[in-house]
Amino acid sequence: MSNQRPDGFGMPNDNQLPVTGGMPNEDAFGIGENAEDDAASFVEAERAHAASVFRPDAETILEVRDLRMYFPVKSAGIVRRTIGHVQAVDGVSFQLPAGGSLGLVGESGCGKSTTGRLITRLYEPTGGSIVFDGKDITKTSARGLKPLRREIQMIFQDPYTSLNPRHTVGSIVGAPLAIHHVVPKNKILPRVQELLEIVGLNPEHYNRYPHEFSGGQRQRIGIARALTLQPKVLVADEPVSALDVSIQAQVINLLQDVQNEFGISFLFVAHDLAVVRHFCPEVAVMYLGKIVEIADRETLYNRPNHPYTQALLSAVPDIKQASVGGRRERIRLQGDVPSPINPPSGCRFRTRCPLAQEICARVEPPLLQVGKRHKVACHFAGELGHHPDRPVTASLLGVDDSGTPNPGATPSAEVGNEPGFSDTWFDLERKTMASA
Amino acid sequence: MFAYVIRRLFIGAILLLVMSLVTFVLFFASPVDPGRYACGKNCSPAQIKQTNKALGYDKPVIEQWTDFLRGVVVGREYPDDPELRAAAPQLVTECPAPCLGYSVVNTSTVNAEIKEAFPISLSLALAALLMWVSGGVLFGVIAAVRKGTIIDRGIVALSLVFYAFPAFFIGIFLLKFVAIKWELVPPPTYTPIAEGGIGLWLQGLLLPGLTLALLYMAGYVRMTRAFVLESMTEDYIRTARAKGLKSRRVLVKHSMRAALTPLVTLVGLDFAGLMGGAIITETVFNYNGLGKLAVEANQTYDLPTIIGLVLLLGTFVIIANIIVDVLYAVIDPRVRVG
Amino acid sequence: MSSFLSVRDLKVHFPTVDGIVKATDGLSFDLERGETLGIVGESGSGKSVSSSAILGLHRKTSAVVSGEILLEGTDLLKISDEDMRRRRGKEVAMIFQDPLSAMHPYYTVGNQIGEAYRVHHDVSKKAARARAVEMLDRVGIPQPDRRVDDYPHQFSGGMRQRAMIAMGLINNPSLLIADEPTTALDVTVQAQILDLLQDLQREFESAVIIITHDLGVVAEMADDVLVMYAGRCVEYGTTKEILTHPEMPYTWGLLSSVPDVLGDTSAQLVPIPGNPPSLLSPPPGCMFHPRCAHRDKVPGDLCRTVLPDLVPGTRTEGHLKRCHLTDPDAVYEREVLPEIAPDLVEER
Ligand SMILES: Nc1ncnc2c1ncn2[C@@H]1O[C@H](COP(=O)(O)OP(=O)(O)OP(=O)(O)O)[C@@H](O)[C@H]1O
Ligand SMILES: Nc1ncnc2c1ncn2[C@@H]1O[C@H](COP(=O)(O)OP(=O)(O)OP(=O)(O)O)[C@@H](O)[C@H]1O
Ligand code: SF4
Ligand code: SF4
Ligand SMILES: [Mg+2]
Ligand SMILES: [Mg+2]
Repeated sequence: MSNQRPDGFGMPNDNQLPVTGGMPNEDAFGIGENAEDDAASFVEAERAHAASVFRPDAETILEVRDLRMYFPVKSAGIVRRTIGHVQAVDGVSFQLPAGGSLGLVGESGCGKSTTGRLITRLYEPTGGSIVFDGKDITKTSARGLKPLRREIQMIFQDPYTSLNPRHTVGSIVGAPLAIHHVVPKNKILPRVQELLEIVGLNPEHYNRYPHEFSGGQRQRIGIARALTLQPKVLVADEPVSALDVSIQAQVINLLQDVQNEFGISFLFVAHDLAVVRHFCPEVAVMYLGKIVEIADRETLYNRPNHPYTQALLSAVPDIKQASVGGRRERIRLQGDVPSPINPPSGCRFRTRCPLAQEICARVEPPLLQVGKRHKVACHFAGELGHHPDRPVTASLLGVDDSGTPNPGATPSAEVGNEPGFSDTWFDLERKTMASA
Repeated sequence: MFAYVIRRLFIGAILLLVMSLVTFVLFFASPVDPGRYACGKNCSPAQIKQTNKALGYDKPVIEQWTDFLRGVVVGREYPDDPELRAAAPQLVTECPAPCLGYSVVNTSTVNAEIKEAFPISLSLALAALLMWVSGGVLFGVIAAVRKGTIIDRGIVALSLVFYAFPAFFIGIFLLKFVAIKWELVPPPTYTPIAEGGIGLWLQGLLLPGLTLALLYMAGYVRMTRAFVLESMTEDYIRTARAKGLKSRRVLVKHSMRAALTPLVTLVGLDFAGLMGGAIITETVFNYNGLGKLAVEANQTYDLPTIIGLVLLLGTFVIIANIIVDVLYAVIDPRVRVG
Repeated sequence: MSSFLSVRDLKVHFPTVDGIVKATDGLSFDLERGETLGIVGESGSGKSVSSSAILGLHRKTSAVVSGEILLEGTDLLKISDEDMRRRRGKEVAMIFQDPLSAMHPYYTVGNQIGEAYRVHHDVSKKAARARAVEMLDRVGIPQPDRRVDDYPHQFSGGMRQRAMIAMGLINNPSLLIADEPTTALDVTVQAQILDLLQDLQREFESAVIIITHDLGVVAEMADDVLVMYAGRCVEYGTTKEILTHPEMPYTWGLLSSVPDVLGDTSAQLVPIPGNPPSLLSPPPGCMFHPRCAHRDKVPGDLCRTVLPDLVPGTRTEGHLKRCHLTDPDAVYEREVLPEIAPDLVEER
């Protein structure tokens, strides 16, 4: 898959590093001192931050199957026993196409960051598997992780705490080069300066310290650091949440440029649905450790089938709607997200779901493929206002409409927790299998 | 909470064990021969050997340590050597559990020494604590509230002055001038409550307590001031003001409650430290407290006393820590667990 | 007949060792009962500082506040400290961003809410607690009689924000200032809180100022919008007008920096380049000129040298803007809209 990488992003002595075209390096976002020039060049700057599109032919670079992460909860007694588990991530499967990006959205505490950390193997998964570039990295040892760290990098949320305040920008960005002995010592400086330029910082800022930079600039430093080792996969955990709106846009555009330029695959974690929609052609919605709906951008945002996705989207204030006076009807969700230590039985969303019925408490809805690139985990999946009266999953699961096992029925073997999409799917309208 | 305290006590006991072993090892690693020192200048090698035997210094360090531990648990008799005990039964000293050892230098058990010195140190520390905490907090809060004014600068400068003066200077000044020359108060002597009642007891503690208090107060004034000022910038203080509370109420109910919490930790640890650490003050006022005992034991290579004091003071620090943690949980609802 | 709240030329200056920080520099607006004003702007633009001034929260020792804040004709900057204190929390209340740090960690929620009632009413602790339970119930906390004795850390983020709202509204204030009331919350909880605020406003007929950097929140909540930049108002008008026909390049920048959940996916994000200016030495002329992409359309050196006045906009009455551009609406339609909402351009 490395052949997908543009040649320009090669070794440091490769002088033709692509810093032209749509890159925001034209001083446009330089340091404020010479802001005069910044704005001038900004006017001329080409704006080609193309939103990434889905390419169906892309190979899979990362495949996650039934991933689980349970954090133990200890008792307070003299001997600290494990009395339960935080089921932070519980059976998550997805595929990440090479050069593509998958968005992960959901409310606070639903396990987005944990999923991201599992992929970078900052945690060892409790269960499931992670296959990167054809290699199973689920159990890779600490030593085996070192080369892996070159391939999968992470960008953190908080630009203020994720950079060591006592190190210069140069050593922060250059450290991975030195640790992994990627380039000879005397080549580190020019390489770092190149990277700084790529992310729109002035190469002269090499010797400055993080506190001398604004939030957006620090996030650029974080991005430069992540790019140092030419990763194939970047896990961006809320990369813009801590930034001001105007600065957010700068960073999102930069990430988009970096992706287009170097063909990096992104797992983009955020709670801002609009930002995710802008960045990712494919989006997964998580609730309490599980993916409840995953689909291409158009389907997920325009025709969501899961009641939670529908509620989530209806809750986002919409500038355009409101500006013309209209306001969408909001789906009011009651109460809070339940504790991941004791999640509800059956469907985890049932305690807040306006559609919940008996079957929801008894049987967990499978993540069912209902369209070409659309999966949803709900017994009553359907477009808003068109949810079926009877559970669509009953026959597949071999249960009756109230969720009690139906001895006569034969559960369909198709209903698994497979990553990716298959060529046939369950058509919700016709209640039969369909294909493209 | 209970389980937590038990766990902490358990860890504390292990810590004490390690501390005692370290003290033993360090003691024998020093270049001075303790037996020779205990015996006197003109002892012959044979006499030194005899003394070592009587004191048990001839045994391997680890064995001495386990003997000591056994003494703590079940008590001991001195001299250590059964032959010597049999030879002179009239000289045998009982040392019931928890036996911390027998000091040849002072010809008494360590327990007895501590029993004598302990009330003095405790009284002194208590008196000082009372003065320094009330004074420190009072002046600290005043300085914080009047931040930037003459009053604030005066308080800060004065506390800096006291901070800079050595303890012996303040002590000697109070003793020689306030008590002896100007006769403002009678020269302090320690009188136990049982003998002279609370009045005399307090009178005796006034000057030495003040000496210590002035020293500590300086730090507390500055810390209180800093904590109160810091808490004043907290969001919840702004909320309290936005409710329309009077500024005095904002200060007392909202700001000070938060500001004084970290002081609890410091008070606890300083108090425990003071129990054996008021060496200069005790010397100046000739109070035979634990500090003075420790200095003398050190000068005479009196191993049993040293070890006894190390363990005693270690116990204070550990218990003070636990009390502080429990208090913390009482003050701060966020740390209340199970 | 003057307005219910009328702020005129409000200035809040902080003297510091480096110089005077002009956090708010000449802010004016009017607000009627039952109406909502949204104040938007980047971090550090002076939103919180201005609203704290209305409550009289700045200490005389650290800030110099000048101008007029007329609440039903009374200038809040002229009355005595004690008089101001008595109005605070009763006539004018504020709810703060991040309710975890804005509530005292050592006191129960009920204690803190009840305290707000007791300051202004001579009632027993018990009565205040009962009133707190009533308010918690009103803002939708389940089992309020039990939760009233919880500490703030035992509440979830959304519940804490509800408790803050209960505290702010317990004395039926006629003016409520909400400083980023939903910034730290999830969207579903944010929607709950915004709904709640709107219901309560209708119920109590209060005037509300909502401070936020989220244009979406403003769009849903506010009747009027005031856009702040570097301590000054740069655009002011009805929400509809500001969102559909903004006339100031900074407002354009704000609108084009945020993606829309439903808009055209081919829309571009056009960030505002550079960083907000220093308030110690703001740039001469238009404060936005170092970051402005349209300054070349203004003849001469005007943008660099002359601070534009807040002047009426070109389309509707009451719309004010601080910019030298003469045909802002045309520039917006021609250059900005196609980037951020290609679909809307086609419609028009
Ligand atoms: N190291 C850990 N030990 C125990 N529990 C953890 C740990 N890390 C996360 N959790 C718990 O796992 C759950 C998922 O956390 P995670 O950080 O993945 O959520 P998130 O979706 O990223 O939320 P946010 O939007 O707030 O960042 C939470 O309930 C959290 O409390
Ligand atoms: N006490 C003070 N002394 C000096 N400067 C101050 C003081 N308080 C605030 N400022 C400055 O005033 C400016 C405006 O601050 P303010 O808190 O009003 O911003 P804001 O618009 O509310 O931003 P945010 O969205 O981050 O809350 C900031 O630059 C801040 O640094
Ligand atoms: S399975 Fe039931 S509870 Fe879960 S989302 Fe669907 S309808 Fe709601
Ligand atoms: S006055 Fe000039 S610099 Fe300022 S916003 Fe208008 S066009 Fe831009
Ligand atoms: Mg997270
Ligand atoms: Mg603010």
